[in-house]
This record gives sequence, structure tokens and C-alpha cells, in this order.
Amino acid sequence: MKADPMGVLVGAHFLDGDHACCEGALAAGCRMVFGYPITPSTEVVERIARRFPMVGGVFIQMEDEIASSIAIQGAAWGGKKVMTVTSGPGMSLMQEHIGFAAMTETPCVFVNVQRGGPSTGLPTLPGQADMMQARWGSHGDYEIIALSPNSPQECFDLTIVAFNMSERYRVPVMFMMDESVGHMTERVIIPESTEIDIEPRRLTRAQPSEDYELYAPEEDLVPQMPPVGAGYRFHVTGLTHDEKGYPVMNAWVQEKLVRRLVDKIRKNASEIAINQEFELEDAEVVIVAYGITSRVVQRTMFLAREKGLKVGVFRPVVVWPFPEDRIRELAGRAKAFVVPELNYGQVYYEVERLVAGRAPCRLVDHGGGALHDPADILKVVEEVLR
Amino acid sequence: MESLNVFAARLWPTENRFVSGHRACQGCGEALAVRMVHSILGRNTMVASATGCMEIISSSYPDTAWSVPWIHVAFENAAAVASGIESGLDILAKKGRLPKRRITVVGMGGDGGTADIGIQALSGAMERGHDMIYICYDNEAYMNTGIQRSSSTPMGASTTTSPAGSLSIGQQTWKKNVPLIVAAHDVPYVATANPSFPFDLAEKVRKAAAARGPAYLHIFSACPTGWRMAPELAIAIGRKAVRTGVAPLYEIVDGRLRITVPTPELQPLRDYLKPQGRFRHLDEKTIAEIEKRVAEEYRKLENREGRKI
Repeated sequence: MKADPMGVLVGAHFLDGDHACCEGALAAGCRMVFGYPITPSTEVVERIARRFPMVGGVFIQMEDEIASSIAIQGAAWGGKKVMTVTSGPGMSLMQEHIGFAAMTETPCVFVNVQRGGPSTGLPTLPGQADMMQARWGSHGDYEIIALSPNSPQECFDLTIVAFNMSERYRVPVMFMMDESVGHMTERVIIPESTEIDIEPRRLTRAQPSEDYELYAPEEDLVPQMPPVGAGYRFHVTGLTHDEKGYPVMNAWVQEKLVRRLVDKIRKNASEIAINQEFELEDAEVVIVAYGITSRVVQRTMFLAREKGLKVGVFRPVVVWPFPEDRIRELAGRAKAFVVPELNYGQVYYEVERLVAGRAPCRLVDHGGGALHDPADILKVVEEVLR
Repeated sequence: MESLNVFAARLWPTENRFVSGHRACQGCGEALAVRMVHSILGRNTMVASATGCMEIISSSYPDTAWSVPWIHVAFENAAAVASGIESGLDILAKKGRLPKRRITVVGMGGDGGTADIGIQALSGAMERGHDMIYICYDNEAYMNTGIQRSSSTPMGASTTTSPAGSLSIGQQTWKKNVPLIVAAHDVPYVATANPSFPFDLAEKVRKAAAARGPAYLHIFSACPTGWRMAPELAIAIGRKAVRTGVAPLYEIVDGRLRITVPTPELQPLRDYLKPQGRFRHLDEKTIAEIEKRVAEEYRKLENREGRKI
């Protein structure tokens, strides 16, 4: 399916990442957003408040993030493509409903323009310390998808991908921007609607009946949704439920349901994966970086290559599920891994786990509030090669 | 409750607890109100503040404006934090580990931190009956994040998330009546105040501090930046808000309402709206509709006067 031309602001624009994210949502077919102001994500909802009514969309500012994160899910079951936008403290308040979205398999997008934390932290400065929260912030076992853009252009492009993935796999998708990407202004090219692929909602082909199964999975473990108002009677609950959707609280149903929720992402991980690789063919040192840091390390790689050091960059664009197989492959031939991130070690420990002692791994941590100095990362690269 | 009818300029305490050097915008009605409140409350005060302008402008090192114990926790929980402080002080006093003096516990937040995200904590604190004052400094939008609408934004105001244009008049809902919501908790003292009426404000602050149990003050605070008006108009616009009936001044003592600054003849609403850029787009028809509703609300208030809420 192609994008609805009404929501596509075709042309070359000079936008910051926050505004580009709004345009991406419009292009993806999102017409309903519930949000709450919080720095540095406010510009997304400000643009949404102005732009959405112009294309027949709705923006509602809720009383807090708790309300926003569940109002979108009501709208999703009502047939809308939905999104909410926030930053660290707001994300913390939303966690219960992220678990609800995972449990009820509600397609929705959560934009987190990350700032320095914990708590109120650094409202106006960048951080990347919400990566593990995005993965496991709510209680219980579940899997989500998380994307990490590094430019305003990607804030546009990947917002569309985020919506498509949330529809395709029926999971909450975490769109992990950060303050630098959100407030960075660059050229953003918005293509014609005919060039934008949109994943339509997976609607059921089963007829409405007494035996209608709300959560009967397809081959890829993802169930289809009922169209609202077409005669389907269904029950959506955060309790452990059977395929009909009704609560059945025992270990057997729990095993069947939660294993499928986890497996529908883990078993489709290779299809979900989006990675970028730079000069990895001959690389002795692999720098693993995501989000804004993946741009900083471009400079590091350039400086290292100038010195004759064989350095490459691996960038997971989809951070969760983590590209485990590719890291394992690289571990077989690289001499060392260097992982810079704006936190004190989150994705680093995933890399270390997958490299499993076959090569030394080094974390270049940073508390946030600023970006890494490419030269600092280079120093670590030189150290591991010594 | 002590009689405070004699309050006058020369009785105003000269000592400030919220001192100069903070980072508020020019003409900030809220910073002025905070200064007035805390010069009245004095040094035996502890403050729990929600996230908001007053937190950001008054607490950043080295511009800290507070000379009383002050804590910021998060956006939604100033009333809960104040509840905790009050309970802690209560226990320490019972154990005899505090000197015998009355310590006023204050929870404070903006309109967003009170009427929207913080109303759950506020309601809980009022219901449990903590001996504290909760103060809402109402500048009618989320000004700290850059002028987004709140449920306390007046109808017709243009904000960045309720932008006015061909499809909208701006804020489309009527302002949430938080003082009456709090009064429904049957607390001993609820009042609205406004720094443009300093003696009225001072009297209410002293009554709130003297009340045994939870007290609530709703302070109308002009915000030149967010309301898009000249900073020197902050005091004048506060007076206009009262005289036009937009923000009437009243108190509810043990459930009985009294209008403290009566305005039998409401002035035309235009006088209040005109200097403010946030209302610039309103046409005569919409202004007339809003004016009608303002008058209705004011009459409702007059009808409640002297009766149990």
C-alpha cells in the first residue's frame, strides 16, 4: 500500500528532527496523536497540533503521560494508527501501558526524545540512557522493537518504518531519538506518496461468530485485528488470555501466550533487522554505535583510517531486537570491539555477551549532556590495538 | 482564626525568603506572587515544588533564590512530597526531636502540575488531611516547556498545542475550576488570590497558614511571555482579570464562600483580552460568547456566597 498523498508534505525542507518526526507520522498514515508537553520532545507535538487538523487528523493534549499512553491504545483498537511523544520522565510514567500494549498486541508508536537522566536530569541536553528501559521498562516478559535515528532525515524515514513495524508485528515500537537529533536542523527530503510504502492494518478474514478468535496467530505468530463496528464481539484485557481473548489465568495459557509474544519478535528478528556497516571488510576494530553517536564515530573512523588503523563502524538502526547473529559473525574476525554510548554501559553489555570473550570489548561511556569527542573514542581504539 | 483586617503596607515583613537574582522573565507575576507568599510565611517554612518555571528559575546554581528548605522532586507529586514532609515533621515533633514551633509545609506547582498531572496527588493530600498549604500558581499554560495548553488555559487562548487558526479559536474548553474541586474535599481553607491585590493575598496566606489541616491557594499569575503582552502590564492585567470577572477573588472558610473583592459591575471583557497576544485572533462574536459565560460563572459564584459549598 502507498501513502495517502494528503499527509505527505512533498519537497525539500529544512527541519529539525522533532518536526521531521511529525511529518513522518503524517506520511505513515497516523491521524491521531495523544501527547503531553515535555522537553525536548515538545516540538513534535507542537507541530502535530498545527499540522494534524489540516489533514483531518486529531491531536489531543492529555492530562499526563499515563493518560496519553493508554488513550492511543483505545484509538488503535478503534482503528486508528497512533503515536505518543515524550521524553525520559514521561516514558517512566508510560511503562505500565507499554506492557499493556505488548500484552494486548496493540500497534502503537512511542517516541522518546531522550535526555540526560535519571529523574529530571538534563531536560535540554542529550542522553542515550533509556535503551534498556525501552527494552524492558515494564514488568513481565515481552519483546518490543526499538529504532534509533541519527538525523532529521531519518526521523522522517524511520518514523514511517516504526509505524509499519508496529502494524506488521502488532507491538509497541520505541522510536529512540535524543535531544541532539531532535533539535538538529538539516535538509529533509520528503518523497512523493507513491514512493512511500505503508503497511496496512492486519485485519481479520474470519467472519464474526460466537467462535471468533481474537488472538489466533498467523504463521508468523502475529494475530490479525478485528475491524471495529463490523459485528465482531471481542474482549481486550491485560490479564493472561486465551486465543479468544478472555482471561484464563493458569500456567499453561501463560506459557502459550507469553512465549508467542516473545517469539513473534525473536523468531522474526532477521526480518526486522536494519543495520548499517561502514568499512567493515578489513576492519580490525569494530566500533558499534547507534543514534547520534553513530555520527560522531564517523569522524573517529576517518581519523583512524588517516593514521592507517583499520577501523570500521557497525550501526544497528533497529537496536531491539539486537542484531545478535551479525555481532557473533563479526566477533569471529575482528580484533576488538569499541562501544561508545551516552550512558554507563547498556548496549555495550549486549555486545560483550555476544562477542563472548573472542575479542576484547571496550566501553567508551559518557554520562550525557554533550556528545563524545571523536578523539576520545580514537584514543580507546589506539589502546585496544596496542 | 485571628483577625487580619489591619493588614497594611507598613506591616509587610521586610525580610524576603524568595530573594532576587533568579531567572524569571521580566514582569513575571508568578515570581512576584512567590516572593509575596514567602515573605508572609517567613522562615519556619518548608517547600516542596513541582517541576515548572518556578523550579527552573529559582533553583539553578548559583542563582538559588530560596532561603528556606526547598525540595523539587518531579512534576506530578508536589502534594505527595509535602504530605511526606508534614508526616515526618509530625512524628519528629511527637518524639520531641523538634523544637516546639509551628513549621508551615508548602506544596507548590503551576497550573499544569496542579490541575493536570498533579491533581491525583493533590486530591490525596487534601483527603488525608495533612496540615499543609498547597499553592497553585496559575499562569494558564505550560510556560516552562514553551506555552502549551493546560486544563487551566482559558477558552480562546492560542497556545502552541492549541494554536488558533482557520480551524480553531485556540483553547476550546472552559478553564477547570480547581479551587471548587479542592473545596469539595471539605478542607478548612480554600482561596483564590492575585499579586495585583497584595493585601488580599497576604491576608489569605496568613489564614491558610493558620488553618489546622489542608489549605489551598490558587494564585492567578500573569505571564507576559506566555500571554504575549508587554511585561509592564503584568499588574494591570491582574487587576483587569478580577474586575472583568475572569479571575474572581474569594475564599471558602470551612465550606462557606465569601467574595473578598466584590465586583458588582463587571467591566467589559475586551479590556482584559485586548493587551494579550494570545487572544488577538478572537472575533467580536467569540468575545461576546466568552463574556456571557464569564458573567454566568461570576453570578454562580455570587449565588454561592455565604452558603455551604
